[in-house]
Amino acid sequence: MTGTITFRRKAADRVMKWVFYLCALLVVLPLFLIFFDLVIKGAKELRWSLLVDLPRPVGEPGGGIANGILGTIVITLLTMTWSVPVAVMSGIYLAEYGRGKFASAVRFAVDTLTGVPSIIMGIFAYILLVLPMKRFSAWAGAAALSMIFIPVVVRTTEDMLRTVPMMVREAALALGIAQWKTTLRITVRTAWPGILTGILLAMSRIIGETAPLLFTALGNQFWQSHLDQPMAAVPLQVFTYAISPYEDWHDKAWAGALVLITMVLLINIAARVLTREKR
Amino acid sequence: MANVFEIHDLSGWFGENQVLKKIRMGIGKNSVTSVMGPSGCGKSTFIRCLNRMHDMTPGFRMSGEILLDGTNIHSEKIDPVYLRRRVGMVFQQPNPFPRMSVFENVAVGLKLNGKTLSRGDIAERVERSLVMAALWNEVKDHLRLPGTSLSGGQQQRLCIARALAVEPEVLLMDEPCSALDPMSTAKIEELIEDLSGKYTIVVVTHNMQQAARISDQVAFFLMGELIEMDKSGKIFTNPSDKRTEQYITGRFG
Repeated sequence: MTGTITFRRKAADRVMKWVFYLCALLVVLPLFLIFFDLVIKGAKELRWSLLVDLPRPVGEPGGGIANGILGTIVITLLTMTWSVPVAVMSGIYLAEYGRGKFASAVRFAVDTLTGVPSIIMGIFAYILLVLPMKRFSAWAGAAALSMIFIPVVVRTTEDMLRTVPMMVREAALALGIAQWKTTLRITVRTAWPGILTGILLAMSRIIGETAPLLFTALGNQFWQSHLDQPMAAVPLQVFTYAISPYEDWHDKAWAGALVLITMVLLINIAARVLTREKR
Repeated sequence: MANVFEIHDLSGWFGENQVLKKIRMGIGKNSVTSVMGPSGCGKSTFIRCLNRMHDMTPGFRMSGEILLDGTNIHSEKIDPVYLRRRVGMVFQQPNPFPRMSVFENVAVGLKLNGKTLSRGDIAERVERSLVMAALWNEVKDHLRLPGTSLSGGQQQRLCIARALAVEPEVLLMDEPCSALDPMSTAKIEELIEDLSGKYTIVVVTHNMQQAARISDQVAFFLMGELIEMDKSGKIFTNPSDKRTEQYITGRFG
């Protein structure tokens, strides 16, 4: 009798282990399928000129998405110059000082913002910046992306700071180190690898965003160095090419998507390498 | 012997729960005072009052007076940040700063305390502190290694060196050996002996033998009350209070 029970328990153990294992496998499968698919379909147009040339009209062979790559880099850096300090410092506020009602309200608002569809951020930036300025611009694109970037980084910063043991703060305060210096030079420093990972993951998220840029940065077909003018971005070019009726543009859309996912992959790898614990 | 600390009728509460009851005590300059008693008797709460570590604890409140060299530590004249530079603290769990080297751990208090010291001065103070904490010989070739890579006992001596580097007058130690093995404990006790005479040291311990070995005077706490305080020799041979006698003879605690 006990023999069968033991046998059934062991069998259940083994079955459940496989269920967990297969679910985990299912989670990572899409990444491999997407990447595999993109490599096959994008390889056709993936050549050096794609990375360094401007787009060409339909039917003309060659041409690239160089202006989009530059635009994506410019808009992303622009977004981050103000979003990183604002987000990290709000995260510090929530983790180190935020006890009252105001902090709960901020936390709730930030969580809600995280769930707002990104196209709404685009429409909002359109109303707030594009209409008054009477033109699409890189500024407006960066503003829309900030609203996606900031809430994510606020919460990861807060969560990472909360993992720092209380006794680290106490040790610093007991040395007669002022509260603000304890926070910035000890607590934040201790949590920094996690905060940096959060920043890089949020960065890779906004690099691929398309919807918020449709009504803001708009995109174009040439080099653009003025931030108050429409600016190209890789996801916008992929979108334009993909919905076009032309076969050669479809190929370019695949290649553009491959470039995009490679950028995201590189940032994620960078996040891993930069934050690896030095021993 | 002049008193560094004079404590008058100190009571403390966490919310509604009274944990310290009208403590009156004097702590002599450049001596070792042990605060001894069973778990939950309020001894840790007591020494954390002496450098105002409770300022950050929500729900804690206290009454009474704590005088440091005659000045109330809660008066407007005393900034808690400066108070803590004069009254250093070592904690129960060794807590070196993660992601900082052995050197940085000792230097950080100097660097962040707003003093402008040259690199040479800082290096010198770090070395002197590590020598005082009896750790220099073990770490002098590994100053760049993470502080957390040291053994538990070494980490605790690193924390003592870190506290000494900012040159406090008083060193509070909250059960500094309770997380350590007997060998490391012996080293720390030896160290306390070396430091007494130069610093005023207050050690919380629930270990009677330790209190007997290291202290000039011993305070016995029970349920938030100071039952008795006297010279170490007297407390362990001829205590005045029956409860002290019961505790040291192992009747409870």
